[in-house]
Amino acid sequence: MVAQNLIFGVIAVAMGIAAIRVVTTQNIVHAALYLVVVLAGVAAVYILLAAEFTAVVQILVYVGAILVLFLFGIMLTRAPIGRTSDLDNDQRWLALAVSLLLLGVLAGVLADAFDDTKLPADAAVQRSGEVGTSIFQVYVVPFEVISVLLLAALVGAVVIARRD
Amino acid sequence: MYSKREAVGSVTLAGDPLFGGGVDGAVVLIVLLKTGVAFAALMVSVLFMVWFERKVVSDMQNRIGPNRAGPWGTLQTLADGIKLFFKEDLLPEQADRRIFRLAPYLSIVPAFLAFAVVPLGGVITIAGRETRLQLADPPVGILFLLAMSSVAVYGVMLAGWSSGSKYPLLGSVRASAQMVSYEAALGLSMAAVVLVTGSLLTSDIVSEQSRSIVDWNLFRLGFLPFGIFLVAATAELNRPPFDLVEAEQELVGGFHTEYSSLRFALFFLAEFMSTVTMSAVMVTLFLGGPSGPGPDRGFPGAFLPVFWFLAKLMIFLFIYVWLRATLPRLRYDQLMDLGWKRLIPLSLFWLLVLAAMILDRRYGFAVFGAGILLGLLLLRAVQVGQSATDDAAGAAPAVREAG
Repeated sequence: MVAQNLIFGVIAVAMGIAAIRVVTTQNIVHAALYLVVVLAGVAAVYILLAAEFTAVVQILVYVGAILVLFLFGIMLTRAPIGRTSDLDNDQRWLALAVSLLLLGVLAGVLADAFDDTKLPADAAVQRSGEVGTSIFQVYVVPFEVISVLLLAALVGAVVIARRD
Repeated sequence: MYSKREAVGSVTLAGDPLFGGGVDGAVVLIVLLKTGVAFAALMVSVLFMVWFERKVVSDMQNRIGPNRAGPWGTLQTLADGIKLFFKEDLLPEQADRRIFRLAPYLSIVPAFLAFAVVPLGGVITIAGRETRLQLADPPVGILFLLAMSSVAVYGVMLAGWSSGSKYPLLGSVRASAQMVSYEAALGLSMAAVVLVTGSLLTSDIVSEQSRSIVDWNLFRLGFLPFGIFLVAATAELNRPPFDLVEAEQELVGGFHTEYSSLRFALFFLAEFMSTVTMSAVMVTLFLGGPSGPGPDRGFPGAFLPVFWFLAKLMIFLFIYVWLRATLPRLRYDQLMDLGWKRLIPLSLFWLLVLAAMILDRRYGFAVFGAGILLGLLLLRAVQVGQSATDDAAGAAPAVREAG
C-alpha cells in the first residue's frame, strides 16, 4: 500500500508539471510531447489500479495513435522549428474558469457515483475477457452511441477537409 | 498491509512458476539476470544480423563482402561499431537539443520491450527455482506488442523534426506516414491470431500451437494473416522493398541525415533490433514459437525449444535479406495503395471469415462467398467511378499521368 501511494504521488506530480507545461510552453511540438507525458502518466495510474488492459489501450490509442497524428499534422502543415510566438492568446482566464468547471463536474460525478466505496483489498487484475464482455453485453448501448458520435466526427472532418 | 500487493502480483504474473511462492531476493536476482541475458542476446543477434545481411547480400550479388576482420569477416560489425563510437559527435546548430538527444533512445527502447514478451523456450531451473525462458508474460501480451510498435514511431518522427532542417523533416514525415499506415494491417492480422487462440497471452498463443505442426497458426489461419503480417511488418520496419525512409537513390539520408557517431549507431542498432524482434514475434504468432515440428515428446526444457526457436528465427532473418536482394523499391503511391486499399480490406475480410468459421463452418463459407461477391462489386464500382472521372477529365489525361 505504502509503495503504491508513493508511486502514485510521484506520477501525479510528474503529470501535474507536464500538464502545466502543455499550456505554458512556447513550442507547439514540445506541448504535444508534454501531453504524451500526461497521457502516459494516466496509463501508469491504471497499472497501479491493476487495470492492465485499460493501461495498454491508453498507450495504444492515445500515445500511439492520437498524439502521433497530432504531431504528424503539425509537421505536415507548419513544422515550426524553435519558438513560436503566436501560441498564446488572451483567453487564459476564461480557459481557467472552464477547466475548473470541468474539474468540478467530473469530481462531483465521481464522488457521487463511488462515494465511500473502497476497492476490495484483494483487487485482482481484470481479465481482458471480462472487459470485453461487459462492453459488448452490459454497456452495449452507450458503446454504440459513442461509436455514432465518432462517426459524426469522422464525417465532419472529411467535410471540413474537402471543400471541393 | 502487504496482502493487496501480493494478491495483485500473483495474479499479474500468473503462469511463470518463478512467482508462485511470492517475491523474495532470489526471485528479483533471477529476473534481473533474465533481463540482462535477454538484452545481451538481442545485442549479439544484432551483431550477427548485420554481418549475415552483408554476407548473404554480397553472395547473392556475386561479391565477397566483409572478409577482413575475424574469420569470414564476422568481427566486421564490431569494428564498424567501434569506428562509429570514436567519430565526432555533431549537434546541428538549429537542432532542438534535448529532443535530438532523446530520439535515438525512443527508437531503441520499444524494440527491446517488445522482445521481452516473446517466449524463447521452455521451463528451466536456475538455482533451484523454476522459470520460463520468457522475460515477461503480461496478461495483455499481444496488445503490448502492438503498443510498442506504435510507440516506435516517435523516435523516427522526433529525430527528423529535431534536426532543425527540412530534409530530415521530410524524411521523417514520409517514414511516420508509412509506419502509421501499416499498423492497422499489422493489428488486424494479429487480431486473427487472438481470435483463434482466445487469449492475449503470448505464452498461451505458443502453447496452443505446440501440439503438432498442423496447429501452427500459419496453417490454422490459412496463410493469409501470416502473409499480411509479413508484408506489414516489413513496411513497419522500413526494410526493403519498403525502405522509402532512407532510399539511397532518392534522398540524402532520410530522418537521420543529421545524426552522426554514436547516435547514428543507436538508430542503426534500433533498426536491426526491431528486425530481430519482429521476426521473433512472427515466430511466436504464426510458427509456434519454441515448439518443434513434431508432437511434443517431452524433451528436457532447456536446449531443444531454444534450438527450434532460433532455427525459425533464422528463416525470417534470411527472408528479410532475401527480399532486400531481390525486390525493387515501391513507389510512394504504390506503398500507400498497397497498405490502405489492399492489405487492410483483405485482413478485415479474412478476420470476418475466421470469426464466422469459429461460430460454424457453414457461416464461414457463407461469409467467404458473400465477401468475394461484395469485393468484386466494389471493385467494379471503383472501376466505373474511375472511368467516369477520366471521361470528365477528358482532354487532359496526360496531366493526370504526370501528377
